[in-house]
Amino acid sequence: MSDTSPSAERVAAFLERIPYARFLGIEACSDGEALAVMRFSDDLVGNVTLPALHGGVLGSFLETAAIVALLDDTESQALPKTIDITIDYLRSGQPLDTFVTASVLKRGRRVSNVRAEAWQQRRDKPIAAAHGHFLMPP
Amino acid sequence: MSRRGQEPKPNQTNRPDVASRSTLLARIPHSRALGMHVVESKSGRATLRVPYAPHLVGNPETGVIHGAVITSTLDNASGMAVHTALDDWVPIATLDLRIDYMKPATPGLDFFATAHCYKITRSIAFVRGTAYHESEDEPIATATATFMLSSSAPRPGSAPALPGPTE
Repeated sequence: MSDTSPSAERVAAFLERIPYARFLGIEACSDGEALAVMRFSDDLVGNVTLPALHGGVLGSFLETAAIVALLDDTESQALPKTIDITIDYLRSGQPLDTFVTASVLKRGRRVSNVRAEAWQQRRDKPIAAAHGHFLMPP
Repeated sequence: MSRRGQEPKPNQTNRPDVASRSTLLARIPHSRALGMHVVESKSGRATLRVPYAPHLVGNPETGVIHGAVITSTLDNASGMAVHTALDDWVPIATLDLRIDYMKPATPGLDFFATAHCYKITRSIAFVRGTAYHESEDEPIATATATFMLSSSAPRPGSAPALPGPTE
């Protein structure tokens, strides 16, 4: 399903460049299935009572992962642009590190389709999933 | 009597005003971190403002804020719109959220996110929202969201009132 993933170095370099990705604590993850990890911090909480991660934070993480999955190993600075993204919230996000994987369903010349899934303690218990369309750089 | 399928009813009691909603919003760590303010909140509608800030940037070359900041804000505005459509505090959970991006935000400008809860059934609330700088007619992005209402809580229009949000 997925085409070749970008190298961990490429992912790390990309994430390091994006202020908002740094703010969310998103780092490249080279071991196991995960493409990236989002380190828990208090700034990510959306519900202090449960407590639970903010839904927008999870959406942001999934969207970032989807864009990362579309990176190639060229040093092009032009990035795919999100056309739309739909997020399914499956379980509440615990105050823990969150992992993500993303797969490119179709890499088109103009538009690509990507799916992403986020989980915490168990890979088979995703907490959120997303699918989106991205406009490819010319 | 069931109110299933009715439009959210305006002029209810037990509703926090803009000031107390701002206080509630400021208690949400991520909302505080993004610098969100409540501009309006009543009768199934909510508008939030997010000031431009360097840590929200998604493209360091252009200074355009990350689309995901807009996702977070539309999510928050949508949830708040549901709360303003309900008579009493009911815990809600986002089922799904779709964002369509129309254009990049303009670097240096604050943006607004406004949401309207246009339908509530026994268990689900339906919301549409828009993010923009100056006019809703020139959207940066639009959102469609559905929320689950807590199954144990009273439905719109039913008594008794729940206590305020847990702190």
